[in-house]
Amino acid sequence: MPKETIAIIGNGISGITAARHIRKLSDKHIIVISSESEFFFSRTALMYVYMGHMKFEHTQPYEPWFWKKNRIELVQDHVEKVDHQKKKLLLKAGQPVSYDKLIIATGSRPNRFGWPGQDLKGVQGLYSKQELEQLERDAPDKETCTRAVIVGGGLIGIELAEMLRSRDIPVTFLVRESSFWNNVLPEGESQMINEHILEHHVDLRLSTNLVEILADDNGRARAVVTDKGDTIPCNLVGLTAGVSPNVDFLKNSGIALNKGVLVNRYLETNIPDVYAIGDCAEQEEAIGQRRTVEAVWYTGRMMGETVAHTLCGNRRKYNPGHWFNSAKFFDIEYQTYGWVRGEGSRPKEEGHFHWRHPQEKICITAAFHTDDRKFLGINTFGIRMRHEVVDRWLTEGKSIDHVMEHLRDANFDPEFYRTYEDQIVSAYNASFNTQIRPQKKSWRRILNYTGS
Amino acid sequence: MRTIKHIGLIIFLLGLTIFSTLPFLGTYSMSSSEIDQWVEQKRIKSELFAAALQEDVADRTFEGMMELSPVIEKNLEEANATHRKNREYDKVIYTKATDMAAEIGKQAGIGFIAEKKGLMWWATFGLGILGALMFILPNVILLGAKGIKNNGIYHQNATNRGWIAWGVFFYLIAFYLILYFRPQYAVNWTYLMDPISERLSGNQAGHWFVYGFMYCTVMVVMGVRMYIKYRHNRYQMIRTTSVLFFQIVFAFLIPEIMVRLQMPYYDFKNAFPLDYDFFFQWNLRSLINSGGIGIFILVWGIALTLVIVPVMVYFFGKRWYCSWVCGCGGLAETLGDPYRQHSSKTLLSWRIERWLVHGVLVFAVGMTLITLYSFFSETGTVLGIKTSGVQNAYSLFIGAIFAGVVGTGFYPIFGNRVWCRFGCPLAAYLGIVQRFKSRFRITTNGGQCISCGNCSTYCEQGIDVRAYAQKGENIIRASCVGCGICAAVCPRGVLKLENGPEKGRINPTEVLLGNDVNLMELVNRK
Ligand SMILES: Cc1cc2nc3c(=O)[nH]c(=O)nc-3n(C[C@H](O)[C@H](O)[C@H](O)COP(=O)(O)OP(=O)(O)OC[C@H]3O[C@@H](n4cnc5c(N)ncnc54)[C@H](O)[C@@H]3O)c2cc1C
Ligand code: SF4
Repeated sequence: MPKETIAIIGNGISGITAARHIRKLSDKHIIVISSESEFFFSRTALMYVYMGHMKFEHTQPYEPWFWKKNRIELVQDHVEKVDHQKKKLLLKAGQPVSYDKLIIATGSRPNRFGWPGQDLKGVQGLYSKQELEQLERDAPDKETCTRAVIVGGGLIGIELAEMLRSRDIPVTFLVRESSFWNNVLPEGESQMINEHILEHHVDLRLSTNLVEILADDNGRARAVVTDKGDTIPCNLVGLTAGVSPNVDFLKNSGIALNKGVLVNRYLETNIPDVYAIGDCAEQEEAIGQRRTVEAVWYTGRMMGETVAHTLCGNRRKYNPGHWFNSAKFFDIEYQTYGWVRGEGSRPKEEGHFHWRHPQEKICITAAFHTDDRKFLGINTFGIRMRHEVVDRWLTEGKSIDHVMEHLRDANFDPEFYRTYEDQIVSAYNASFNTQIRPQKKSWRRILNYTGS
Repeated sequence: MRTIKHIGLIIFLLGLTIFSTLPFLGTYSMSSSEIDQWVEQKRIKSELFAAALQEDVADRTFEGMMELSPVIEKNLEEANATHRKNREYDKVIYTKATDMAAEIGKQAGIGFIAEKKGLMWWATFGLGILGALMFILPNVILLGAKGIKNNGIYHQNATNRGWIAWGVFFYLIAFYLILYFRPQYAVNWTYLMDPISERLSGNQAGHWFVYGFMYCTVMVVMGVRMYIKYRHNRYQMIRTTSVLFFQIVFAFLIPEIMVRLQMPYYDFKNAFPLDYDFFFQWNLRSLINSGGIGIFILVWGIALTLVIVPVMVYFFGKRWYCSWVCGCGGLAETLGDPYRQHSSKTLLSWRIERWLVHGVLVFAVGMTLITLYSFFSETGTVLGIKTSGVQNAYSLFIGAIFAGVVGTGFYPIFGNRVWCRFGCPLAAYLGIVQRFKSRFRITTNGGQCISCGNCSTYCEQGIDVRAYAQKGENIIRASCVGCGICAAVCPRGVLKLENGPEKGRINPTEVLLGNDVNLMELVNRK
């Protein structure tokens, strides 16, 4: 019997994780077709290439020999059409590829909401390697690019701002919300990030929308017009108002789409032997409080791992554990575990305890259920948390009091760093009339020893 | 601020240029009676050599070592050849010709450089230090808020293997070649250091004193750079302070002061087998003949290697030595910090590393066993191998070329830990302890890694940190020196250097944290 062929479209984190795990679990023929780059690279690291922290090759987690050694065939080409009846992929340049099972892992693309002028030269998103290269051409230095306007105050927007500021390029940052990312972050945190953005000399314009991008005689962007009536001259416009699944090429293929490729909990599409994972997949029904499309690194990785088991004869449900995520806002590291809601989406039974350092840009917000004081999640800024410990608190349904008492167990800052548990807990005691004394860090608890 | 930096750079380069031209300058002259005196004082028995010096050197002036050195070398070799032919072995001079030239040069220096020592110090070291500080200090303001400051590292010529980096590469190599192999050209440098050396040990400076002083100076100046760059990071601040302290006090001051007190020259932190000649016959004899202090040093040196080092590695990992105490490590962490990203992360280089570094360890231990056997049985050969031959080979290839010329010279191109990673026998030894019996680990924070690669890029030891972190696996590697930079540059707070129970040090990575699978099911299916 010839070996089963698994074709994977997309060599991002989800597609490559699937390929690696399939190889671990089986001897199947694996072929990965992707158009953006020859090898898998870490999209999350694109910013560091522009900032000169790394070279592009450093973003590639595996050396080139890795693929051959693990018999993962790589094809750099674009899939134009999926013919699921004949089980064939039609490629832009090369010969069609036949498959027995197909994994769609095509990721996202930046949103463009039909703004006038959005296709001008000098207007771009920040998602792909090509967009990074375009940025390098259009904004190599502050002489060539005398001002950039970024539209959309999310994680990629602030990364783009940091990138441009690393070359001293003046940046105007248009944010639709009344405070940075406050659809996700609670008030105090969002406020602190606003301050930090200003510290980095970014012209932050809150509650401001893009109306139009104006062109010069050569069809290049020369200015943007906002809904506040301002016209801001610039040579570069960064559109970072979110991303959506990259699934246009699947229209009319018979594979069911909504925003993304619709999948069930087993990551199966409506067509047998066709699966979708990562940014491009959309859950038919939301899992817990999660969104149906989760465009983050970790979920792509988890889906890749899951689908590999399914394809190797161990049908497994995609079962993400407690939500976690992290980001960095210029110099401030952010981590989140469980659910801590911003003002807009916060249910009324979700209580918050917020502490902010009097001088430094350090703060935390812990969320709990106001009825039974059950711990729901925590956001930290400028303090690192130990994933395992917080995850266990969430699983075991600990109370917020327990969390405060054992906060030291969860501290993950480098050795010798100043710690803030005493201040945090005494602020907590003051607000909730409790007498909690933070306990000493215990390896026994951290590593979850039972017995000796 | 930028202007200050630019002026600083110019001043630094001026100091460096003066320093670099010194080997080519200087006037040397000795009178006939000075030569007689010197010959007598050195107890030179070769009347041929003494006569030749009177003939060719006395009362002449030489412009630069270029002129003087060949004369001395030629005469020495000729005298020795004649003595050997006549079987007058007691008259043969065993001092190397280059060292002899350096010694005579040191006596013969006249004129500006040899007389205006203080002024010349200021024109070289003084300008260099001043300029470098002017170049570095404005960063307090220019670098902006606290945080990781790696912007532009791969855009700048000097830190991205551009021509400046290559220039530094060749400069350092040339400097080390002079230091190890042509000390006579370092004579002018020793003059600048005489006042300081005399104050410390009472002796005039030799070229190793120049090197020791320079080493400390460079570390302090570049340490200031570290303090500014990592001022948000207490681990780096404290660690930098520690390496500076051990270099200045233990490696530089204490040995000099011991000499002044008629004690043997000894660096108490320099552990065998990095201190490869600790067990050489001459050292053992000198220690045994130095009374109480000598015996103390002997016991201490042995205890350091056999007890203190492994016990400390058990508790803290090899970092306590390699990036907190060691001088080689100290230079790498200060002068070498701008180049840390150049260490190769390929699997191939890891393979080479393991063969090479353990090979050097075997070489060092083997050489020492032979040496000890020779010492106790008072023979010069063991199993037909000449002990001194093995020692000389080690001193030349490992001690001088690998640790010195390659070890530091290669910084700008191949990263700052070439010696520590590929060559240091002590690091190999500590690494074995760290790998198999230690409480130290770099903990990976569950599933938070985004595979960005900052940690791997900035690992000076060439460890592909990301390869572990993205799998949720703790990093337990023999070569890790615990510099802590991976944890510092990680934008997602994934890495933490820590000492903890051995149990749980190697963590299970069957499933990455975040993906909730039924573990029992997983186990049953296996
Ligand atoms: C700048 C930036 C920073 C980010 N930072 C973070 C972060 O800090 N944390 C986090 O959790 N997430 C982050 N993300 C999001 C994260 O990178 C994505 O969720 C993740 O990369 C998605 O992986 P994927 O495998 O699903 O898709 P992708 O990485 O997008 O890979 C899909 C690949 O498929 C290719 N492809 C698509 N269609 C076709 C076709 N028809 N034929 C051939 N090839 C095709 C694409 O070119 C692409 O290379 C960031 C994203 C960006 C852009
Ligand atoms: S720097 Fe941090 S996030 Fe990036 S690869 Fe290393 S451990 Fe992962």
